[in-house]
Amino acid sequence: MRNNRVWYLMFALALLSVLVLSACAAPAAAPVAPAEEEAAPAAPAEEEAAPAEGGGELEIFSWWTAGGEAEGLNAMYEVLSAQDPGLEIINATVAGGAGSNAKAVLATRMQSGDPPDSFQVHAGHELIDTWVVADAMESVTFIFEENGWMDAYPPGVIDIISSDGEIWSVPVNIHRSNVLWYNKGVFADNGLEPPVTFDDFFAAADVLQEAGIVPMAQGDDGVWAAVHLFEDVLLGVMGPELYSGLWTGETDWNGPEVTAALETYARMMDYVNEDHAAIDWTQAAQMVVDGDAATLIMGDWVAGYFTSLGLVPDEDYGYMPSPGTDGSFMMLSDSFGLPKGAPNRDNAIHWLTVAGSLEGQDAFNPLKGSIPARTDGDRSLYDTYLLSAMDDFASNEITASLAHGAAASEGWVTAFSDAMTLFVADLDVATAQANMAQACVDVGVCAE
Amino acid sequence: MSQARKERWTAFLILLPSIILLAIFVYGFIAWTARVSMSAWDGIVPDYTWVGFENYNRLFTKAGGVSAIRFRIDLWNTFFFTILFLLGCVVVGMFLAILLDQHVRGEGIFRTAYLFPMSLSFVVTGVVWQWIFAPGAPGRPRGINALLGTLGLEQLQWPWFISTESIGPFHLALIPLIIAAAWQMTGYTMAMYLAGLRGIPEELREAARVDGATEVHIYRSIIMPMLRPITLSALIVLGHISLKIFDLIYTMTGKGPGFVTDVPSIFMFETTFQGNHYAQGAAISIIMLFMVAFVVVPYLVTSLRGEVER
Repeated sequence: MRNNRVWYLMFALALLSVLVLSACAAPAAAPVAPAEEEAAPAAPAEEEAAPAEGGGELEIFSWWTAGGEAEGLNAMYEVLSAQDPGLEIINATVAGGAGSNAKAVLATRMQSGDPPDSFQVHAGHELIDTWVVADAMESVTFIFEENGWMDAYPPGVIDIISSDGEIWSVPVNIHRSNVLWYNKGVFADNGLEPPVTFDDFFAAADVLQEAGIVPMAQGDDGVWAAVHLFEDVLLGVMGPELYSGLWTGETDWNGPEVTAALETYARMMDYVNEDHAAIDWTQAAQMVVDGDAATLIMGDWVAGYFTSLGLVPDEDYGYMPSPGTDGSFMMLSDSFGLPKGAPNRDNAIHWLTVAGSLEGQDAFNPLKGSIPARTDGDRSLYDTYLLSAMDDFASNEITASLAHGAAASEGWVTAFSDAMTLFVADLDVATAQANMAQACVDVGVCAE
Repeated sequence: MSQARKERWTAFLILLPSIILLAIFVYGFIAWTARVSMSAWDGIVPDYTWVGFENYNRLFTKAGGVSAIRFRIDLWNTFFFTILFLLGCVVVGMFLAILLDQHVRGEGIFRTAYLFPMSLSFVVTGVVWQWIFAPGAPGRPRGINALLGTLGLEQLQWPWFISTESIGPFHLALIPLIIAAAWQMTGYTMAMYLAGLRGIPEELREAARVDGATEVHIYRSIIMPMLRPITLSALIVLGHISLKIFDLIYTMTGKGPGFVTDVPSIFMFETTFQGNHYAQGAAISIIMLFMVAFVVVPYLVTSLRGEVER
């Protein structure tokens, strides 16, 4: 009897100590590695000689876990390893579409003072309005200046990654979001030319609908693809200058151009597949491949999807700027930043130098299916579609994508998505415009 | 005397760790969330400036713009989802239990088959039922619509969870979600009722039969009233699952066009972890806590009172 009680007591104490220990151990575990790493080379003198080539650890955080993107990331790691063979790269990836899971993990780590050495983030306002305003990032302007990159990157890109006169991340690739993909066979069979303007588009759409083909495939399950399509319509209706002004408060959200864009969008919805809210963009792209639908407006990851199906650009499928956007290049970009308090800052800078270099970008982009953020990429490495994107990128007016974090803060994108969620259901132009104008006021960019 | 006191101390020491953990990780964090919900924390950097009920105000009044519209739809969706889900589980669960109680051959197999969906995660259920209810489009129907097409019942095809039709504030798009949720949880109510039915002594039925009662009579006047406590606890357990449901809807449909299938938990997740509106997310969480407390607390109070009296 007495013995029993002692056992209970010991068990309780053991349980308590385990819980207390585990509670303490969790946050302590992560900093242990960098602390050891710093402590060890402190004694020998060799560390001072060449800090950048001194081996050690480097933790890179991203959401590139699948297919070509993971291969591309590894190709960049190989470039880095060739320059610094002693370096141990910790590839911290979190799976999940467009980084939705990774961003939550990153926020937790950053808020608890445990930043990775460098992390992937969409270039532009997603980085600036989330992390730069939080004073969590170190400017990377000096990396750009030391490597003479100010001329290698087009000014439109430098604008998007800058705020307060400083550059905040190193973009490794460029995707284009305003592309109209079309089924060449369907257009030829119906004697149609691919549409350059909205008038062309609607004229062709009437013919296609008559022929029993869905004129435009859309897959906006989860609403971001609706935002994506609408930003292309905005750009097509109002042109690059007014479009860019929407994100700085210079263009009036209550103006007639936004009304026209919303009306155009509502009209396009008459020509899309009825189940658009239940499918995603890959299923929409498949409709174009199968010939059920004639066109799709989506970013150029569609080219990667088509390539994975064994289709050849310009032969099996066609592409052109989405209606009304000829001469404009709506961009989004993946980039890497330098968080304040990175445990291995020197290695992180070395990594960013590789990520921004021509060698690093030419290793990464052909595998990822995107074009380099620099204008001097090796053209022999890229396929027909990517070459056309490179040409347009070098010559077109560059604008920033809303749906993919380049144009506005994540809070604004969320509010905008909610307005679009209502709009795709009721197509009520006046309400949608009021909601979008209100979202601009709420984030403090537009005056009341 | 001293022996009893020692025992009391031992019991207290054994319970102490969980009391401490509960105090910190449940009640402490609830208090902290309540504090955040009254702050101006918008963006990644904590900002504890006191704003009172401003964040709640934005969820309920015109000042919130789309947020207020969305939240009103969310509350209606939760209301209808909960009512119909509970009704479905209780009615179908009791029906199945009564059928199984007839001592059919191979009862074990039936019991396992009906209980099996409960062992799945809501995420799995959501994905599978998303395939089943995917509407497709005219000419290329998918899921159930394809089945209806081959059966020649084209007039029954409709867009299921992307339908924007509604009867008053009730969105018809919720129906497929309710079917999926009820499919998963009916086995649970069935098991509860079956246990209840087996707990009713055979003598009671025998006595009623001797008195000339029909089987229907026996169920209506004797068995149903005796199952009432089971219904109550099933409603409590399922009710709180329903009020805070997230995973099933998130994997199956998301918020849906026009928020037809949106619920507060999805709004909370998106506003907090995608939009970085931490204060607004905290306000939604606190409202959800109150909704669940509204269901659970009266039950806890009555059951505690019953225990004390005993």
